[in-house]
Parts: sequence; structure tokens; C-alpha cells
Amino acid sequence: MASTPARDPFVLAEERRVEPAPAGVPPLPAVEVHDLTVAYRTQPVLWDIDLQLPEGKLIAIVGPNGAGKSTLLKAMLGLVPPVTGWVQIFGEPYARRRSWVGYVPQRESVDWDFPTSALDVVTMGVYGRVGWFRRPGRHHREAALACLDKVGMRDFAHRQISQLSGGQQQRVFLARALAQEARLYLMDEPFAGVDATTERAILTLLKDLRSHGRTVVAVHHDLQTVAEYFDHVVLLNMRLVAAGPVATTFTPENLQRTYGGRLTALTQATEALLQKRSVEGPPNPGQEPPWS
Amino acid sequence: MSPTLVILLVASCVAASCALIGSFLVLRKMALLGDAISHAVLPGIAIAFLLTGHRAALPMVLGAGALGVITVLLVELFNRSRRMREDASIGVVFPALFSLGVILISRYAAQVDLDLDCVLYGEIAYAPWDTLTLGGTDLGPKALWVTGSVLLLNAVLVTALYKELKLSTFDAGLAAALGFSPVLLHYLLMSAVSVTVVGAFESVGAILVVAMLVVPPATAYLLTERLGTMLALAIALGIVSALGGYALARVLDASIAGAMATVAGLLFVAALLFSPGHGLLARLLILRRMGARLSGQLLLLHLQKGGEGLPADLLERRFGWSHSKLERVIARLLRSGWVEREGQGLRLTASGAQVLESTGRIELAHRLPSTG
Amino acid sequence: MELSFTARNVLIGATLLGGLGGMLGSFALLRRQSLLGDALAHAALPGVCIAFLLTGSKSPLPLFTGALAAGLAGALLILATVRWSRIKEDSAIGIILSVFFGIGIVLLTYIQKLPAGNQSGLDKYLFGQAATLVVEDLQVMAVLGAIVLAVVLALFKELKLLTFDSGFAASIGLPVRRLEVLMTLLLVVVVVVGLQTVGVVLIVATLITPAAAARQWTDRLGAMVALSAGIGAAAGVVGSLASATVPRLPTGPVIVVVSSTVLILSLLFAPGRGLLWGLLRERQVASRIRRENLLKDLYRLGESGEGGDGGDGEDSWASWPDLMGVRGQSGGELERSVRRLIAAGLLERRGDSLRLTPAGLEAAGNVVRKHRLWEVYLTRRLDLAVDHVHRDAEAMEHALSDEAVDHLEEILGHPEVDPHGRAIPPRRQLRERRTA
Repeated sequence: MASTPARDPFVLAEERRVEPAPAGVPPLPAVEVHDLTVAYRTQPVLWDIDLQLPEGKLIAIVGPNGAGKSTLLKAMLGLVPPVTGWVQIFGEPYARRRSWVGYVPQRESVDWDFPTSALDVVTMGVYGRVGWFRRPGRHHREAALACLDKVGMRDFAHRQISQLSGGQQQRVFLARALAQEARLYLMDEPFAGVDATTERAILTLLKDLRSHGRTVVAVHHDLQTVAEYFDHVVLLNMRLVAAGPVATTFTPENLQRTYGGRLTALTQATEALLQKRSVEGPPNPGQEPPWS
Repeated sequence: MSPTLVILLVASCVAASCALIGSFLVLRKMALLGDAISHAVLPGIAIAFLLTGHRAALPMVLGAGALGVITVLLVELFNRSRRMREDASIGVVFPALFSLGVILISRYAAQVDLDLDCVLYGEIAYAPWDTLTLGGTDLGPKALWVTGSVLLLNAVLVTALYKELKLSTFDAGLAAALGFSPVLLHYLLMSAVSVTVVGAFESVGAILVVAMLVVPPATAYLLTERLGTMLALAIALGIVSALGGYALARVLDASIAGAMATVAGLLFVAALLFSPGHGLLARLLILRRMGARLSGQLLLLHLQKGGEGLPADLLERRFGWSHSKLERVIARLLRSGWVEREGQGLRLTASGAQVLESTGRIELAHRLPSTG
Repeated sequence: MELSFTARNVLIGATLLGGLGGMLGSFALLRRQSLLGDALAHAALPGVCIAFLLTGSKSPLPLFTGALAAGLAGALLILATVRWSRIKEDSAIGIILSVFFGIGIVLLTYIQKLPAGNQSGLDKYLFGQAATLVVEDLQVMAVLGAIVLAVVLALFKELKLLTFDSGFAASIGLPVRRLEVLMTLLLVVVVVVGLQTVGVVLIVATLITPAAAARQWTDRLGAMVALSAGIGAAAGVVGSLASATVPRLPTGPVIVVVSSTVLILSLLFAPGRGLLWGLLRERQVASRIRRENLLKDLYRLGESGEGGDGGDGEDSWASWPDLMGVRGQSGGELERSVRRLIAAGLLERRGDSLRLTPAGLEAAGNVVRKHRLWEVYLTRRLDLAVDHVHRDAEAMEHALSDEAVDHLEEILGHPEVDPHGRAIPPRRQLRERRTA
């Protein structure tokens, strides 16, 4: 029996193909948030968020600690109930779009001493397609292997996850999200605590996703790299301070309103970076992934 | 001394010494280590009994104390090997030690005086008649001497090392930096727990010592913020549990130790519900007040975003409120002067707009941005 | 071996319990709920008593139900206490454990005094008087056990995902809350099943000890669960057989002692994770380092003309005392290293003298090369003083791989001498040889 060629996780399954919008109709936003207020034990955590995130872009969510960034992601995933307002993913509530969304939780939310291999973790990404009571089949495992390959971790497939470095663990998490074959990826601090090589690798992966028409919304912790890595930014501080393309939105005034206090050094660096980018253009997109 | 008085005194001594030491266990999140020790000392007592041939207090105390330290050492060893987590280490060590103790007693001591049930439940009712004779003179009930000494020991320990214990409980790093060895304190504390447990055997037995170690201090923890007050309250609550338990046991003609644990539990539940600072009732009231405020703010927000003049049932559906809830929220907003009626609907006032402005902001004046 | 009817019952019961406990215990261990089982066991006592008071019957089904209800109530109370007050989890467990148990003891002693209350039927739940197991009990145990097994098998991957990453599980639509309640329910069932066999205090060991032992041997959840069940069952068999043959030996404690012994042995000897293994590995590394050092010493002695380097003349031999003097190692250590190197064909011996074979010369040169290149790196790139680099290089020469050193050499531009002016053996001369 001839073996089926390994699936390329970037090629969308039939039911989730992106159809070009008919002329004159504005394209459906990947995420639409309307009047969203989320409270934890009657204390507001997110207040009155109105947001539209376009498809096919890399979008960062930034803000100070406690600003509700992770909560916003979780509200998009339907993991926390809002007090008012709603969230729609490609025009429908999350429950109807589950298979369109991939999720990368924070790395520390998990105990990495759990007895399981990297491949096993990535296979969890296909559980949604396997269904209740059934075991993942061989084609599922092969799909998972292909995803590991995409993040350069194929050789580590059978490694116990506690033996992986932080950067490798983050890649495994990303591979699991890839295995979900989603149109929209929600990531919670994907760059936190990884080494420089992994950081470059993740960035290349995100750009690859974007070139295939996918959308990535990531909570990002590092203001220094927002302008360089992302197309859009959402500035959050319990309320929405600003959202839009990085060039027009990631400004010192907006940062000031988000973070309060003085940000002189950071602001100067950001301004310099923005200037550099407008002069030299975006960084070279044709770089080889550093792990290959 | 009347028998009843002896029993009450013994019970109070036990409760007080347990409360004193147990408070630190609760604060250091080591309640279960105390539970483990109370079970694991059994082989120590058994060995002491087998070696000396009778239930003498001192060898048993030493045997139990040794086992207590061994328990902690073993738990630490398992934990340190990084192959097991702390809760698993505890769950593995104390049953193993307890089993050894039971096997020893069943095999070698069953025919003699050491009754397993008695060790595990204690029988405080016999205390007045089990007297201590030294050099021919009857010094009174042995249990009173034992538990009294334990109480004295614990009191001395806590008083002498009060500030060290306090510091190492709340800030182990600082304590170490200042030269107090947190490790030494830890083992001292655990030895005290072992000694206390053994001292309490006769009265309440091994298994119920945990109740006296953990429940009154936890109750006190719900009632105050200050360590000194907590210790005092814990002792008081322990004594009340002891006295109340005795009364309950008399009424029901049931186990005194069990009754003491029951009363302690009732007191805990009472504090859990009604504590002015941390009780459920207080929290519920706060939640209701804040919930009302949140609802008000949501309505203000809605008005500001263009919902003025909308019919009531639309509002109810939007927020998922009942008709009466909507009425209450509107009434409250009107009372506070944040909205005013305009025709069929409502309108935001200036002060209402101000209130809305300050909603949903975190204090940022002195915060620095997170840069990963 | 002829077993009495009772002993046979005990055997079946203990094995069933061991297997079930090990299986569920794996999940409890991984979810950090090891001591929850302890609390649930203690909490079950009042349930048993109340069931008796209400139904007047001592048959297993109503008593099991009572125990189950009380256990669940205890679990819920622990959760509620932690969620809604400032009480921490360990204290909450301790409180529920001791208070419920105290209430249970009160009820037990109260029942004792009742005319109908022959309580000797009830307090077997405390200590596990396995000898009182009757066929009815075994039937209930078997049915409950089968249900638990079926659920675990059917929902294995869901439970695995839930335990590992509940956030992700929720995002793909798993009903996390309900599954967690289910797992707690299963735990309560197993705890209640085991009460009669091993008693309240020891239940936690039937859950956790086999699971902890199994964890040392495998890195896969499926294997761990199966192995844990196996260890638990085996401990049950041994325990019940031992207590049947040796007088006055209670079953429960023996089971626990057996599985604890297995745990200790696993911690020490399991390949990979075992402590002994780690020690062994360390010793292997240490002796490899000693052999490499010996090769290097001979090479250096040869350079300074003191022999050992495999040349042709008589003075190419290095003497034993000389070698011992270089590092001050013991005669025994030197002897062992020499023997290994001779066996690998890297060394020759003549009486009390040694010298490198041609192959040995290459191998020694490789180590020396690593040492000297590292010294060049430290002085040139990190600007360290020349007399500070030797120590570091002594350590690094054993740790650098051949590929790393080739790369290093390229980065440094193929230097020919080290900071002390000594020649760096060039790569060309060396073929693919490895030290023994």
C-alpha cells in the first residue's frame, strides 16, 4: 500500500479554504470584539473593548501587567464568560469556529515533567478531529510529525518533554497549534523566555503563516520588538487604548497612555526603529530558518 | 481533683499545645506534614514499647520524636531527589512508616498491653486514674504531667524563638540572609510537632491530633491578620473545642476525641461563614455591593455609547437582567445623581460621565512597562 | 498452596484494589492530588455511619453509597474552602480530613452504644480488616472496578490532555469542569472500594506508591498507568499471601510495605532516572576523563623529550612514577586507566614503563588539540590572561565535541601555536579515532 505523502500543515483542508470576498464587500475580520466587558468576581478586568482584527496579519497585544491581555485571548476562545458584549471569529461565535482557531497557551501554564513525548503533545492538536473515544490513527501521527518538522523538532519527536529546553518546548507548543490546521492562531507570549535562535525561528514561522493567508494574534511582552515583528498592534490597559497598523498606532503618545509614566529610553528606541524601517524597508523575508 | 476537672485540664493542655505549634504549620503550608508525622510516629512508639516493655512516657516521647524527624528527613529526601513532588513524598512516607508500626505492634505487642485502638484514639476518660508514682508518692494523673510539660515546652520554644519563627515563616530568604537557619528552625518545629503528637496520644490518640493541630489555628487565621492575635485566638479556640467536645461527648455518650474534633469543625465553619474580615457572608455582601456598582457602571457605559432613550426590555435583554434588577439599577443611578430622566429614557449627567471616565483603569502612576 | 475461603477472598480483593488504585493513582499523582485521596478516605467514615443509621443494614451497597456521598461532599468542601476563603489547600485538606473523621468517630461510638449497633461491622472500614471481605463485597468491588476501568480506557486521551494542559483542552471544546468532576468521582469510588481492604490511613499509599514507582521506569503515560496497576496488583497478591501464611500479620500494612519497597528500588535502580544510574554515569565520565588525561600526559612528556610518545628510541618510554607524579593520582586509578587504554590499543606497556602506540598518539593529539585551541580562544576572543587559561582548558578539553572543535578552529583561523607557544596538533594528521 502506497503511503500517503506527509500533509503540509499549511495547506488548508477543504472546509476551511479562504474564499476571496466578492467585489465591493468589505472582508470579514478575523476577530471582532464588540462592547466586551469581562469581570472577575465583579472586578472589571476588561472594560468596553471594541475591536476588529483583520485577516492575514501578525497582530500583537501589548500592555502592562494585569491589563487583561491573556483575558482578552481567553475571551476570544470562549474560556471566560463576558459580562456584556460578544466576540466573533470570522463572523460566528467561537463555539462554531473551533476548528478554525489554533491556540498556544503560556508555556508555564503546564507541568513539563508530565510523562509524554514531544510527538504526543503535538498529536493532542488533532484530538479535535479524532473525536471522543477514538485513538489517533497513523495519518494523524504523520500529520503531527510534519508539524514537528516545520518547527525543526522532528529529531526530538520521541524525546520526553522535560528533557527539552525552553525554546524547544515553545516550538512543541507551536507545532501543536499548527496541527490544528487553523485559519487564526491565538498565542499567549510565544516569545517569552526563549533563546535567540528559537526567537528567530518562531518569527520566521509566523511570517510563513502570514504568507499563507493565516492570521496570528499574539500577546507579546517585549515592546522593543513589536514594530519589527508585527503588522498590527493592540494597546491594552483594561480598556482599549488604541489598535491598528504598527506604523500609525505604536506611537509614543499611545504608549504613554497605555503604560503611564515615562518611557523615554523605550520611546526613543522605538522611534529609531520605526524610522529605520521606513528608510530600509522591512527585514529580508527570504531568510532560511536558522535550524535547517 | 475531681475526675472531670482532670479530664478538662488535660484536654485543654493538649489543645493549647497543639494550637501553639499548629499555627506555624498552617502558616507555613505544612498542615499535611503534621498529619503525616502524627501517623508516622507509630513505629517509634512501638519500638520504644518493645524495647522498654511498658508504656513509659519518656522512651515513647523519644521514640516518637526520632520518628518525627525521620519522617521529615525522608520526605525531604524523596522530594530532593527531584523524582517526586512534595505531596507525593508525604503520601508515600507516612503510610510506609505507619504500616511498619502496625506490623510491629500486631506481631510483637498484640498480647501485651499496647492496644492499637487505644493508641490511635486515645482514651482520655481514663486519665484521672492513671497516676504517676515517683519514689512511692502519688503525684497525680500522669496525663496531666505529660501534657502540661508538652505545653510548657511548646510555650518556651515559641516565646524564645518568636521573632525567628515569625521571620522564617513569612520570609525564609530574609531569615537565611540574616543568619537564622531556616532549616534548623524547620527541624526544631517538626520535632516539637512530634513531641506534641506523642504527648497527645494518651488523650486524643494519633489520628485526632491533626484536628487539634490544624483546625483551631485555621479558624484563627480567618479572624485576624496578626500573628500574636492568631496564636492567642488559636489557643482559646482550641480550649473551647476541648471543653465543648467533652460536653458533647457526655450528652451523646460518644468518643470525647471525636467530639472535640467535631466542635472544632463547627467553630471553623462558623468563622468561615461569619468572620467579619474573611468570612463568606462578608465576601458575599462585598460582592453584591460591587456587583451593583458594576451593573450601574455598565448601564452608564451603555447610555454613553448611544443607548439613551432605548426601551427597557431591550436593556434587560442586552444585559441579561430581570425587570426588577433593571429598576433597581436605574433607581440607584438616579439616587446618586449620575443619570436623569429625559422624556421616556435616561441621560447621563456630568457627574455620571466623570464616574464612567474613572472606571476600568488600573493605577499606573508608578508602574514600569514589562519588557520581557 | 491451599488457601482458605477467606484468604482467597482477601487475595482477590487485594489484587483488584491494587490494580485499580495503581491506575487511578497515576492520574492523582500527576494532578498533584496525592493527599486528596487521604482526605477522601477519612471523610468517608461518617458516610458509612450515617448510611447505617438510616438503613440499619450492614450490607456493602448502602454503606458504599454512604461512603461515596461523604467522600464527594468532602471533596467539594475542600474545593469550596480553597476557592472562597484565604485557607490554603493543605490546610483545607487537613481540616476536612480530621473533622469529618472526628464526626465519624463520634457516630461510630454512638452506634456502639445502641442496642442494635454491633459496630464491629463498621470499624473494619477504618483499619481494613481484609479478612472480613465477603463475596458480596468482592462483587461490588468488581463491578465498580470494571466501570472505572472502562471509563479510563474510553476517555484515556481526553484524561491525558486534561491532566497535562487543561487550558488547551478547554479551547478545543473538552468539557473540562465535568471531566474533572468525573475524575474526582472515580477517585472517590476507588478510595471507597479500598477502605475495607487496607483501611483509611493506608489508602493513599495504594494510590500513590505504585504510581510513583511506575513513573521512574517510563516516560509514557499509558505505560505508566499500566505498570502502576501491575505493581499495585502484585503488591496486593504478595501482601495477601503473606498475611495468610504468617500469623498476626495484617494485610493492608504488608501491601503498603511491599509497594514502598518497590518504590525505593525503582528510585535507586531505574534506568535513566534511577539514582544509582546517575551515580554510575558520573563514574563513567570520571574514568573517561582520567584516561584522556593520561593520554595527554604521555603526549606532553613526549614533547618535552621525557618519553612516552611512541617514538623509537629507548627514551620514548615513560616511567610509572613519572606519570603518577604529573597529577598525583593513586596507583590504583592509574592502573585501571592503563588497562583500559591497553585494551583499546592506545598504549603499550613494558614492565614499569608506558608509551603511546601510533593510534594512541593520534588520540592523545586530539585531546591536546582541544585543550590548546580552547586556550587560544580564551586568550584571543575573551582576552583572558595567558596564565589563567590552563585550568579552564583542562575542563573543557573533555567536554568539547570534535565538531565543535573543528568549528572553533575555523573561527580562530587555524592557529598553529597555543598561547604558551606550543604546537597545536593539526587536524590533518588525525583520522576518525576516538578515545577508548
